[in-house]
Amino acid sequence: MIANYLPILLFIMLGILFGVVPLVLGFILGPRHPSAEKNSPYECGFEAFEDARMPFDVRFYLVAILFIIFDLEIAFLFPWAIVFDSMGAAAFWGMMIFLGLLVIGFIYEWKKGALEWE
Amino acid sequence: MHEMILTTLWTVVKILCVVLPLFGAVAYLTFAERKIIAYMQARLGPNRVGPKGWLQPIADVMKMFFKEVIIPTNANRYLFLLAPIFALAPALAAWAVIPFSATMVIANINAGVLYVLTITSLGVYGIIIAGWASNSKYAFLGALRSSAQIISYEIAMGFALVGVLMAAGSLNLNQIITAQQGGIIHWYWLPLFPLFIVHWISAVAETNRSPFDLAEGESEIVAGFHVEYAGISFGLFFLAEYANMILMAFLAAIFYLGGWLSPFQGIPVLEEFFAFVPGIVWLFIKAGFFIFLYLWFRATFPRYRYDQLMRLGWKVFIPVTIVWLVVLAVAIKLDLGPWFA
Repeated sequence: MIANYLPILLFIMLGILFGVVPLVLGFILGPRHPSAEKNSPYECGFEAFEDARMPFDVRFYLVAILFIIFDLEIAFLFPWAIVFDSMGAAAFWGMMIFLGLLVIGFIYEWKKGALEWE
Repeated sequence: MHEMILTTLWTVVKILCVVLPLFGAVAYLTFAERKIIAYMQARLGPNRVGPKGWLQPIADVMKMFFKEVIIPTNANRYLFLLAPIFALAPALAAWAVIPFSATMVIANINAGVLYVLTITSLGVYGIIIAGWASNSKYAFLGALRSSAQIISYEIAMGFALVGVLMAAGSLNLNQIITAQQGGIIHWYWLPLFPLFIVHWISAVAETNRSPFDLAEGESEIVAGFHVEYAGISFGLFFLAEYANMILMAFLAAIFYLGGWLSPFQGIPVLEEFFAFVPGIVWLFIKAGFFIFLYLWFRATFPRYRYDQLMRLGWKVFIPVTIVWLVVLAVAIKLDLGPWFA
């Protein structure tokens, strides 16, 4: 059983290797002529001003939080989806109630304007 | 001990048999993209390097290797170089569980769908790290936009996948394919049609492809999160994006178009006539169709606005998928034929 996962470990390690090797090759094969102008952050030809790590819209943060909640709910749905056909009425209605609660939460965040981007 | 080394080596060979053709496919996908879009716009596209331009992708790769890898002074050096690796490794590792035919699969694990979902969602870290480590305004804004976009559409995609799991009753990719046995109307594109559409559009949005390529937005934030990258470090992001496109096309073919199953199953004469075609060919044709859709979309649709993008993901796709999950649950409980009988 666990042996099935060995190829995956190998694949991930090779995937990292396939990222590292071209980078190293790029450093070896490419020229290196750094200059202050070349290494300054790109801002369409203007001198870079202020800090790039600026405050950003709180809605991005909100989206991330909502994502965590919904992704967790999907994680709950996965095992149920596999077995619900063989589990009888209780499993069916249980998940319908769960989905109902999810929809109530969804309507709430919609009405609160958490999904508005205009 | 001896045997273990042998199995490990054999697995490495199998992995290379997937990854190296994948690199070739990525190289020629860029060529196909430029050619197909060129013909759709009544141009010729690249036709100078080699016969009819066929060596163009080779030339592009060579050029990238011999360009300077620039590390901006303000950037966080280590994270800056780590980001492309973080973007590429998951795009490759996800291929471990893709079944090319009933027996041709590197790791035939029970939790295949879970693994794919986990590993593909790791890709967003490459984007966030790249945008943060570059310490440039455009890169930062681009990274914010694309990570918010990717996680939004991941929810819609996850819900669509729940539908596939309900219908198939398994997390194993090969069993999901065999559950679709019986011919073209038994494939899940038909009983799960709304989920199929949602899944595919989400797949386009997940890979930041046109018409959802706001992260790139060349007319406003020039190239988004990888604006500071040059040479091969940019090339790795490019490789990751295209490897992800091909991966999404294969996944859509597996989940909704029956993977390596023959489309002529159940049709008397045609089934025998096409019986000699190996399953892998059917899978490649189906995935090729989805890859073509990527290019077709790019040549056809104008770019979405950010509020439209978020509205589509949250206010259209999520309600549609939830409703269809309930419909599907009822249909499966009632053993609705011909799919769930």
